Order: sequence, then structure tokens, then C-alpha cells
Amino acid sequence: MKNYIKYMFVASAAFLASCEADFETPITDEGVYTSGTADLSNFVSVGNSLTAGYADGALYITGQENSYPNILAGQFALAGGGDFTQPLVDDNLGGLTLSGNVIAENRFVLSANADGPFPARLEGTPTTDVANALASPFNNMGIPGAKSFHLVSPGYGDVGGVLTGTANPYYARIATSSSSTVVGDAASLSPSFFSLWIGNNDILSYATSGGSGVDQTGNLDPTTYGPNDITDPTVFASVYSQEVDALVASSGQGVLLNIADVTSIPYFTTVPVFSIPLDEATATALNAQFAQYNDLILPTLVTFGIISAEEAASRTISFSAGLGNAPIITDTDLTDVSTILQGPPANLPEELANLLGQLRQAKADDLIVLPAASVLGTQVGDDPLQVNGVSVPLANSLVLTSTEQARVATAAASYNATIQAIAAANDLAFVDARSALAQVANGGVSYDAGLLTDAFVSGGAFSLDGVHPTPRGYAYTANLIIQAINAKYGATIPQVNVGSYPTVTLTNN
Amino acid sequence: MKKLLLFAVFAMTAAVTYAGGYRVSLQGHKSLAMGHTGVAVVNSSELVFFNPAGLVYLENKLNISGGVSGVFSDVKYQNVQFGTSAETDSPVGTPFYLYGSYKANDWLAFGLGVYTPYGSTVEYEQDWVGSHLVNNIELAAIFIQPTVSIKIADQFSIGGGPIYVTGSVNFNRNLNRTLADLDGNRSDVTIDASGVNAWGYTIGAMFNPTENLRIGFNYRSEIILDAEDGTAEFNDVPNSPLAPFADTAISASLPLPAEMTVGLSYEFCDKWLFAFDYNRAFWDVYNSLDIDFADPNIPDSQNRRNYKNASIVRFGLQYEATSKFTLRAGYYFDESPVQDGFFAPETPRNDSNGYTAGLTFNVSDRLQIDASFLYLHFKEVDASYDFYFENGVAVPFEGTYKSNSFVPGLGVTYKM
Repeated sequence: MKNYIKYMFVASAAFLASCEADFETPITDEGVYTSGTADLSNFVSVGNSLTAGYADGALYITGQENSYPNILAGQFALAGGGDFTQPLVDDNLGGLTLSGNVIAENRFVLSANADGPFPARLEGTPTTDVANALASPFNNMGIPGAKSFHLVSPGYGDVGGVLTGTANPYYARIATSSSSTVVGDAASLSPSFFSLWIGNNDILSYATSGGSGVDQTGNLDPTTYGPNDITDPTVFASVYSQEVDALVASSGQGVLLNIADVTSIPYFTTVPVFSIPLDEATATALNAQFAQYNDLILPTLVTFGIISAEEAASRTISFSAGLGNAPIITDTDLTDVSTILQGPPANLPEELANLLGQLRQAKADDLIVLPAASVLGTQVGDDPLQVNGVSVPLANSLVLTSTEQARVATAAASYNATIQAIAAANDLAFVDARSALAQVANGGVSYDAGLLTDAFVSGGAFSLDGVHPTPRGYAYTANLIIQAINAKYGATIPQVNVGSYPTVTLTNN
Repeated sequence: MKKLLLFAVFAMTAAVTYAGGYRVSLQGHKSLAMGHTGVAVVNSSELVFFNPAGLVYLENKLNISGGVSGVFSDVKYQNVQFGTSAETDSPVGTPFYLYGSYKANDWLAFGLGVYTPYGSTVEYEQDWVGSHLVNNIELAAIFIQPTVSIKIADQFSIGGGPIYVTGSVNFNRNLNRTLADLDGNRSDVTIDASGVNAWGYTIGAMFNPTENLRIGFNYRSEIILDAEDGTAEFNDVPNSPLAPFADTAISASLPLPAEMTVGLSYEFCDKWLFAFDYNRAFWDVYNSLDIDFADPNIPDSQNRRNYKNASIVRFGLQYEATSKFTLRAGYYFDESPVQDGFFAPETPRNDSNGYTAGLTFNVSDRLQIDASFLYLHFKEVDASYDFYFENGVAVPFEGTYKSNSFVPGLGVTYKM
């Protein structure tokens, strides 16, 4: 009987040991998910703000945690992926300081008052100081603001150049030396697999500034470019090729992403062109005000051969009673007639001549940028006769005209051809982010609880800056990359459920 | 080898208990060791729970039994499509029982029982992938039952008594799949209600057609725990009028379903006893778990459950090995009340098989030590909960579950 008791104890111990429930095939088992022929053990991701996890107009911790490279790394971990390091900033405010001075603003949050929700900058003093150098490469080498040529530009991480604009504060935080390059630091990690998504800013800053910069096509020296210029496609092809060469050196495996259309992002699609409501009396008064411009000045300019008949037609201003009036704008692609109008026979006063100098009314194919929402219809200097968009033209920086869009599209098409050709030449996976984003913008992409669209605030894909994705948008991006890797390398990495990722953050200051 | 050893152990020993939903069948070690049979077994004051009618047939004037079990349970979840997984880290549950019966005369006995037939403690990792359904839940109910047992004839008796229940529930889950505060801490709510009291009753009958055969019947009424003054505490809610979640009072009700049992026991070859019970639990009363928030800004929470009535079939065997030792073994099949599409991770119960075993050691004529253990095995199951809604769209929570429980227990019986 003593033996029986002994057996009972042994049996109990056996039960306790086997108490843990086990799946027939736990997903953590080797072989459930595979990386195919890819080696994901040391994944390095290179790019700009999109790669960094930038959102809501700032870089903050929870945004970085939901960066597409970090989401990817989480899924890669199921298929042989290793640790993934990110240069996390110091807070969830998102602003930057340099030696105590704020050099980048805090993030936007969705605030609300009695009138409803609205994006607002989060208050608070940022704690991330660029001068606190981490001096180390990270698996996530996404540098907000970087253009293609910046990634191979020595000195881009020199903290001394941040205030003068020759260096980037985000790269200065982590650069291994004042003369190191982003791609050089990334390559120093000897990635077993890399991703590169660069080139967006080579057109985006031109676009978001309403075409305030210069299309530098033909200028092969990027050191002469201004911040809002379009990068020459030959320069792009050259630096992009260098970058891929540096990153494939260690393993030959990676994924390249192309550049999305600017017309796919809410920054350009939220504020409608035909948005100004006018009553009959106001419309009539405005038309009377512009009658001289329409009926006398423009025909005269045509007569003198200063502008073409087409330009005169495009510059004609017309308002009508109703909700759908287009704003008047300054279009820098029009012939500047402000000096001529000050001379005979018009002899207009300088102020009026400047107002009419490059004046026209916005058209259906122009894009009004998101910041114009807080300008349109407001009065200048509390003067009820000085209304933005009605009697005062919207500044060039607030409108991306069809001419400017064409420049952006031409450059983007050239960059994308380069990216796809280099992906093919190096036998790398390729993600057509342009088409995927166009799908979000045109009808949306379905997920388990609805549709992911480009609608500002409510669409779920874009954060409150109207340019960068939300975590849910980044999760969608991560899935695109997983699909491309699975197809190219015969991998079986699971996608993430985008519905589990958040969108905009609610907070009142 | 491990499997072989386990098989050998089961073959030697046998029997288990536990039950669908949040029912915990651990109401006596003698019975549990025999597959939690007992509606027709006259063995000890465990009859207070299993069938009050049988108390009057106990030989001794005074019978007291008490015991406690340790519930070690483990639930694993995974979703192959997305590569997500989770495992519960639930604390050890300790359901207990205490029964006493006193035989006033040949035809009348009184009894009193305190026991915990309902309870559930499930703890997932906070913010796991199903956290919008549950992070953790702790449900407990103590039943107190005075009992009378009357012999109508030598072959027939009846018994019963009122049941007083005092219960508590503590439940935490995230408000939805994505809401978080500024620092990314997920917004959650803890529902707490304690000291929730209610009344019910139990009745039983026993029929002894021959010296060796007993037939039993028992019915325990439905008891609805109505929590009128519970609290809801919201945590990590963003500072925004768009998320108007302030701590408030709640009311909710949780049904403890009625349960009917019929069964028999048969003595053979002197030292052997076979028992069979059939339980029917009327779970269809558990249609929806609705939480009514007192604050009008907070929408009430409706969580469809749609349980169905479920049966349990139990077998037990007892062998009086020596004057000192009685050995027991048993088996039961426990049908889950959870229907397809309603599988919520807070009570992840599919059909299960229970294997039980145990023994009684007679320390003296008066004192016995009762030991039992139960291994409850759930088959791996692909299941989903299809009634979670986001902006009016049903968002099923799908995955594969695998769980089991191991429940050792120890108790004493005193007779005089």
C-alpha cells in the first residue's frame, strides 16, 4: 500500500508536469512560418519619415513602435527574425530641442470642443534633445525629412549643421560621426535583409509647399538645391543606385518600395476647390469688383502681346450665388504683370498691381493644401473687405496647381521607373506602394471592421498631418511588404490584422 | 513514453470533473474521484449537495465532510492567419466544500452545506490580442444550504432545502481594440460587484428497489445573481470629450442555471460500487451578458452568449481494497453549453473529457482522509466569437484554443 501512495505521488507529479496545454502545431514551432530563401535575422530598414514611424507631424514613441519596419520585425520574429532596434525619442510629445531651443513642433492630436473635433498641436515642452547623441546605427534607419541624395551625404548628421539647414536633427541624434552617412551607418550593420523606401521627399516638399520650390530637373548638383525643390531624376537614379549597392553588399537580399502619388494623400484632397459659399449680393459685388480686370485689363494685355488669349481666359474671375465658388489664387506659373500694370496705360497703384500680378481663380484640377482650411474665408486684418480666397488671393504655397502637379508626376514617374529597374537588376523584392496607396484613395481597402480610406481624420489610413499614415496605415504598408517578400523569397510570413492597429489619438490640451 | 505512462496512470485510476460554462464540479472528493457521480450514492454527507434525500440513509448519527481543491488550469490561444498567440496565467483556484448531517431519528435527518459550485478565474496577459473581450475575470459564488431529509419508506426518501448564494465578480477588459491614452496605454474598464446575494433551492428523491441498487434524482433551481450596485472603473482613458468614460455605477445580472440529475448506483461482489449520473444543465437562461452603466454618456454593453442546455454523463467505480483503503476512479463527458460563433475567451470551454481518481484512507473508525484528482481534457478547437461590434460592423474574434485543467484535492470526513 505504501507503494500505491508512492505511485500516486508519481502520478500526481506527472499530471502536474503535463498540466500545460499544448497545441498539436504551436505557431511558435520552427517551420510553421518560414522566411523561404530570405535571411531575416538582421533586418535593417532605411528611408525617411515613413520608415521612422513619423505621424501627426512629429516623431514620438508610440508612433515609432508602430512604424512599418517595427511591425515587420514583429512578424519576421515568427520566421527567424532577430532583434530590431529603433532610435526611440524621449517622449510622446514628439517635438525636438537643440541645446534647449525647440526646433521641431509637437505632434497633432484630435481635440474636440462644442463645435466638434479638430486637430491641435499637443502642448508641452519636448524632452528629446538632438544634442544628446546616441552615436549608433539602428536597425531602423528612417530619417524624417531625408531626400534620396541625403542618405549618401556626409555631414547630414553633423549636429553643428542642424540650425543652418545642412544637417538633419533626426540623423544628428544617431549619426556615428559628423561625417558619416545614413546608408553608410546602415550598411555597417551588415544587414542580412534590408528595405529601402526613399525619394518621397524629393517631390513631396515641393508639393506640400504648393510648388514654392524649383523643379531642378537638369541641375545635377544637389548641393545647390533648396529644401522645397524637385530632385533631378538623373541625380535620383545615381544616388539610389549607390544606396542599393551599399545595402545589397552584405547579403543581396531586400525589398524596395516606390513613390506614391501626392494626389493620394489627404493633405491635397481634403479641402475642396469649390468650397466658398456666397449670397447673390456678395457675388454680384465681387463680379463688379473684378469686372475691370476681366473685361479691360486682361484683353488689353492680350492686345499688347504680353499674355496669350488662353492665359487671359484662364485668368478670368467669376463668382456666383451658391456654395461652390473657387478661391482666387496666386499662380507663379502665370505671367507676372504686376510691373506692367503700374505703368501706362493702366497706371494701377502698386498694391493693386501686385494683387492682380499673377491672379486667377482656382480650377477643378488644382489642389488646395490642408493648411488652407484655416485660411480660406478668414479676414485679413479684421477687414471684412479683405477675405482670403475671395478678395485676397490664396498664396502660392497653399495651392498645388495642375502645372505644378505635372512636374511632380513627371519626376515621380521617372523615380519609380528607376526603382523598379534597380529592383529587377538586383533581384530584389519590389512593392508598388504607388498603386496600393491609390487603392486606398480610390474606394478604400477593406479590413475586418470596415474600409481604410484616405479621408482626413475619419478614413483611418492617414494621421493628422494629412501626409503620414496612422499605425493602421503603417500596418497596411507592412502587409504589402510581407506579400512582396513571401512572393519573391517563397516565404510564409503571416500578415498583421490592420484592425488591431490604432488610428488618430484623441486628446484635449 | 510520457503518453504511455499517462495512459497507465489513467487506466489504474480514472475519473475527472469540472463543467461547461463557469460551473465548477468539485463538490466532494469521494464523488469527484468517481467522476463526480453521487445522486444515488450513499457514502457521506457529500449528499447534502448531490442528493439531500440520501442523507437519511447514512449509518452514523453525525457526518461531517470538508475539503478543498486546487484548480490548475491553462488556456492557450493562437491565430495562424496573423501569427498571434496568448496563454493564460491564471492563479490557482481553490473551490471548497463543507457538509454536515445529523440524523435526528430513523426517518429524519438534517444537513447543512457550504460549497462553491460556480466560479471562474481566467487571466490573460493585459492587452493581449483578445483584450477587447477580456483581460481577466474572477467569478465566485458561495452556496449555503440548510437541508432536511425524510425517509418515507425503507425504499424511498425525499430531501431538500433552500440555498442562499453570495457571489462576486470582477471583470476587466479593454474598451475596444485600439483606444489608448496619449502614451499608448490601452483604455480598459474593470467591472466589480461583490456581496451579490440571491436565493434558490434544491430538492431530491432516492429510491432503493433492491439491497444493491439505488436510484436518485436531484434538482437545483436557477439562481440569478443581480448586481445592482456594482462599479465600473475606467483606466487609461484619453482626456477627450470624445471618450466620455468616467467611473460610474453599473447593474448586471448573471444567471446560475438550474441543474437536474438522475442516476443510479449498484453494489456488486461485496467490495465494488458502480455509479452512473446524468446531468442536464439549463444554460439557455444565459442569453446575454448585459452591463448597464448608470452614466448616460456611456453606452450599455451587450454581449451575446446564447448558451444552450447541456448534458454531462458520468461514470464512477469504487473498490474497498482493504479495511484502510477505498479506491475510486471515474470518467465523465461534459458537453459545452457554448454554441458555434459564441466562443468567448472569458470562458473558453468546448466539450471536455474528465478523468478522475482518488482514495479514502481510514485513519480510524471515525476519521477518513479523502483525496481526489481530476484531469480535464479539452480537445483543441477552432472557434470564434462573432458578436463583437465596431462601428456597427461585426468583428469576429477567431482562433484556436487548447486548454486543460488538473485539479488535485484533499479533504477529511468525520463520523460518529
